[in-house]
Amino acid sequence: MSEKKEITVALAGQPNVGKSSVFNLLTGLNQHVGNWPGKTVEQKTGIYTYNGTKVTLVDLPGTYSLTANSLEEIIAREYILRARPDVVVALLSAPVLERNLYLVAELLHLEAPVVVGLNMMDMAESEGIHIEPEVLQAALGVPVVPLIATKGQGAKELMQTVDDVAQGRTPYEPKRPEIRRDHQEVLEQLMLLIADHVPAEYPKQWVALKLLEGDAEISRMMEERLPHEVWDRVSEILRSHEDAVIAVAGGRYEWVARMVRAAVVRPRAGQITLTSRFDQVATHPFWGLVVLAGILGLIFWLTYNLGAPLQDLLHTYLVHGTANFLRANLAGAPAWLTNLLVEGVLGGVGTVVTFTPILLIFFAVMGLMEDIGYMARAAYVMDRFMHLMGLHGKSFLPLFLGFGCNVSSIVGSRVIESPAARLLTILISPLVPCTGRMVVLTFIAPLFFGRLATFVSWGLIGINLVVLASLGIVLSKVLFRGEPVAFIMELPLYHIPNVRTIGLAVWHRVVEFLQKAGTLILVMSVVIWMLSALPSGDIETSFLAWLGRGLAPLGSLMGLDWRMIMALLSSFTAKENSIATLGILFGAGGEEASLGRILQQSIVPQSAFAFLVVQMLFVPCVATVAAMHQETRSWKWTLAGVGMLLILSLLGGIVAYHIALLF
Amino acid sequence: MMNATPEVLSLDALAPGEVGYIRRLEGGRGFMSRIATLGFTVGAEVRMVQNYGRGPLIVMVRDSRVALGRGEAAKILVSKGEHV
Repeated sequence: MSEKKEITVALAGQPNVGKSSVFNLLTGLNQHVGNWPGKTVEQKTGIYTYNGTKVTLVDLPGTYSLTANSLEEIIAREYILRARPDVVVALLSAPVLERNLYLVAELLHLEAPVVVGLNMMDMAESEGIHIEPEVLQAALGVPVVPLIATKGQGAKELMQTVDDVAQGRTPYEPKRPEIRRDHQEVLEQLMLLIADHVPAEYPKQWVALKLLEGDAEISRMMEERLPHEVWDRVSEILRSHEDAVIAVAGGRYEWVARMVRAAVVRPRAGQITLTSRFDQVATHPFWGLVVLAGILGLIFWLTYNLGAPLQDLLHTYLVHGTANFLRANLAGAPAWLTNLLVEGVLGGVGTVVTFTPILLIFFAVMGLMEDIGYMARAAYVMDRFMHLMGLHGKSFLPLFLGFGCNVSSIVGSRVIESPAARLLTILISPLVPCTGRMVVLTFIAPLFFGRLATFVSWGLIGINLVVLASLGIVLSKVLFRGEPVAFIMELPLYHIPNVRTIGLAVWHRVVEFLQKAGTLILVMSVVIWMLSALPSGDIETSFLAWLGRGLAPLGSLMGLDWRMIMALLSSFTAKENSIATLGILFGAGGEEASLGRILQQSIVPQSAFAFLVVQMLFVPCVATVAAMHQETRSWKWTLAGVGMLLILSLLGGIVAYHIALLF
Repeated sequence: MMNATPEVLSLDALAPGEVGYIRRLEGGRGFMSRIATLGFTVGAEVRMVQNYGRGPLIVMVRDSRVALGRGEAAKILVSKGEHV
């Protein structure tokens, strides 16, 4: 048999098994991050070469099973069934072997050959669990490769084993979990009924089993394909086996238990592990909150004390340096060109530069907390409070991500299984004060409130969170009508963070931001500069001024002049654009320090306060709106969310201005 | 008649450190499917790790640590001690 020159390998595994570490270990920097076709779930593919064979490694979403409980599970199994990878690597976490083998029990029913990667062997030992990979291999009938991905151990062996299986050098003879006897009969009945109508790429027995498990996706598919009277008989059988879902899962776990009994030795039981010791604090109803508050405080401290100096450095050397260079070298060029480049384009670059260091810090801290295993604990301690809004702890994670960027919070809401809870989270998450707004807040507040700036900043953040909570409570009454939300979540073992895994994740996210948001900010910065320069070259008579003056009566209710109205409108493209717009409209030319002086002279503190209130509550930025539409797949909900915030922010501005006038 | 079958109680009634064996699961099919996948099947051993009497709880099931809301735990019926 001739050897294949190119093979495709899918990397499957449950959440928290170190899939990213293994993926990075195998592919190095040779990877691409995108989305699954037509889906909003991230897809990573990478390439490595072993033994002269080019291997395309496809990272499947982390899934506990292959039953259609979530979008991730559907993506993973559709890929294995339809794309037919040459090998599926099932990555398991050794300390959680029993639950992890459940996925293997499902994978073995599909036709693609499986290689088991047994990751985190070192952690299993420290948890007091000793596993014998060769015994497990004999019991499963598929190759088992022990790994410690964080220390780079086992990569070569895994590549070799994958190659052997893909090239047919190792015979593939899995010992598939047998169907329990009490289901054998009903399964055969089902298979007989559906046999002629199952699509070619789906194994018949697997489809029958999924029907028995009540899999919504497969049921829908077979209902469409089967003649009416046959489907009626199928659904009659299924109705009389309603509880089969538990029995089928139970059957798989019986098989798993036999594998575990064979391969696992537990010399010491009941020892107090590192994870339980940490959890005594991290999941404690009181101390857990203290820990969480401390971490939140640390993130803000880092943002102000590390992010700000970084921004200054980038501004001095990148933005001003380039501006000086351009002015010096474009001395002979027409004035409009120099102005366009320096004020329009570089103004936009300046905004992106302002944003990037903060985003970097947020992504790094989030990645660190996720990798250590702390994120799930944060969700756990916050569950009580999220419950008040009709949400559960899982909504805390995406909302918390919103402090970095509302886009990531909306995209991150995918971890929530219940569609109603997800929708609610998406609708309220634009109220989380994102970095873009924090940039505006931290720039404006010190100008007008001096030593009270920190107090005012926290107050404005507080207003947002109070509005968020109130809206959550009201909307949950409307959306859920009292229906409770299920809260079930794995708490992974704590482990030492992997710098490489976090670093790559941060890198991908920052690049994604620069590509998508960065480009948009740049384009809009140029457009706004043009609107402010055309048709006469004078801001006071520009298109922008015309639009701003038209909205002036509305602004006067909040003490805002047309330029501040324009700054708010431009925040629609990106929150931090407000500063760039103010800079252009107040003629500061991208210099933050001189803009600060001009603003202090032209605006009263009451107006500044109202401006900040509106800015903090205003309609989400373009990227967030796009994400809302992408995730809800409904313009109705997207526009409802945007409209709600528009009304809330304008009312907030009017109230804030009039209250501030009393002082 | 006495103690012919061990008493069945809901999972949230277990105190920290206590062990229960799952007797029955209640709730909709989707819920049962998710929870069974995570290892909560009939006969499975569940050890209570954290239960403060209110708020969510933490249990160990099949070597993994799982956090559950009280409402979810109430749908999992267990018997203490003896394996069934």
